[in-house]
Amino acid sequence: MTWQPLVLSFQVAAAATVIAGVIGIALGAWLALWRFPGRDLVDVLVTSPLLVPPTVLGYYVLVAIGQHSPVGRLYHALTGGTLVFSRAGVIVAATLGALPFVAKAARAAIEAVDPALARAARTLGASPWRAFTTVVLPLASRGIAAGLMLGFARALGDFGVTLMVAGDIPGETQTASLAIYDAIQASREADAAGMIAVLSALACAVLYAANKLTRPRHG
Amino acid sequence: MAETLDVCVRVRPSRKSPFVVDAAFSVPPGITILFGPSGAGKSTTLAAIAGLLVPEAGRIRVGEEVWFDHDARVDRPAHRRGVGLVFQSLALFPHLTALANVAYGIGKTPDREQRARRLLQKMRVEHLAERHPVTFSGGEAQRVALARAFAIGPRVLLLDEAFSAMDEPLRRELQADVRAFVDEARIPVLQITHHREEARALGDRVVVLEDGRVKAAGSTTLLTG
Repeated sequence: MTWQPLVLSFQVAAAATVIAGVIGIALGAWLALWRFPGRDLVDVLVTSPLLVPPTVLGYYVLVAIGQHSPVGRLYHALTGGTLVFSRAGVIVAATLGALPFVAKAARAAIEAVDPALARAARTLGASPWRAFTTVVLPLASRGIAAGLMLGFARALGDFGVTLMVAGDIPGETQTASLAIYDAIQASREADAAGMIAVLSALACAVLYAANKLTRPRHG
Repeated sequence: MAETLDVCVRVRPSRKSPFVVDAAFSVPPGITILFGPSGAGKSTTLAAIAGLLVPEAGRIRVGEEVWFDHDARVDRPAHRRGVGLVFQSLALFPHLTALANVAYGIGKTPDREQRARRLLQKMRVEHLAERHPVTFSGGEAQRVALARAFAIGPRVLLLDEAFSAMDEPLRRELQADVRAFVDEARIPVLQITHHREEARALGDRVVVLEDGRVKAAGSTTLLTG
């Protein structure tokens, strides 16, 4: 039994959480603080990876970052490699899975901050950016942290989009979820058992911690 | 130098404020009461002065400095106006200590913390310095909010029913603190209330607002009877 797929899953989930964190918090703040035409549409697009079937989502991602797409060509020009069927592709797939959790949590957490506090900061000489980073963001941090944890757990367990975009290449793109699938298919349950236990325990731990973080504090 | 705040604004209802305001008045140094029933547009007027909403038309000036002029396309952002605003909800930052709340508006000067401590001391709440707002009593929170507004060295002070929830002795004490600050700083103060007694006791002048328009302005004796 090898733990390599699990190690890769953790590496990918960590990278995806960082990327989804930056993009998701920015998106959440944009949706929470600005009124603009098409806001609901943006919200739907951000949330859609939660509901669109993984194979369909994987197809869109393949089209978007494939070798002949502008993104794929740019990536090739910069690195000489391809996004699809590579570790970068695994990270893209995991990021897409994590993003709705982070963006939704960030939006809700930012919307829950009393707008009078940001206004007070403005009258005290804070620019909009300073008011956001020193008042709104710290007060929304627990909700955002919960979203990041859920996003990490989601990125850790991605299967369908990863398979479509990055394939199932042992030692290269085979994450824990894919390795578990392969092991079960080949009747190697013992090989899958350890990874199943770790992923299950982690999912429960993350849910517990996220619930703790989002529970209202008293006193 | 003592400056007068001149306000002439028209605000139409929006998501930020459902009230119409079409008012023009002056606020000389001292305490001017903005008096009127609920829905008269008092808080909306304060928000426009502070730069927290953009009027549809008009002009706001402090001394010779123009903060807003619709025709000349001047709109100084809220953080560059130097308005000390005490909100009805006080809006103390719950994640910061009293000291950090007061220091927030003081620039990054070496004596920042000392200045904040001095203000807390002046407001008789220095013992709260390291505590968070959730632990303050109503009166303590009011004092910290006032100290925070004073800390920026405001050119104009706006009080949005800041003392309305207080009992009479405490209200008098806080008002004496405001009076002492105003006498020293010689700045215009615009204080909202819809309590006639409070307006008469506290103000040097009064502006009566009804349905967003100035109905009367002058001495607080206007409110007699």
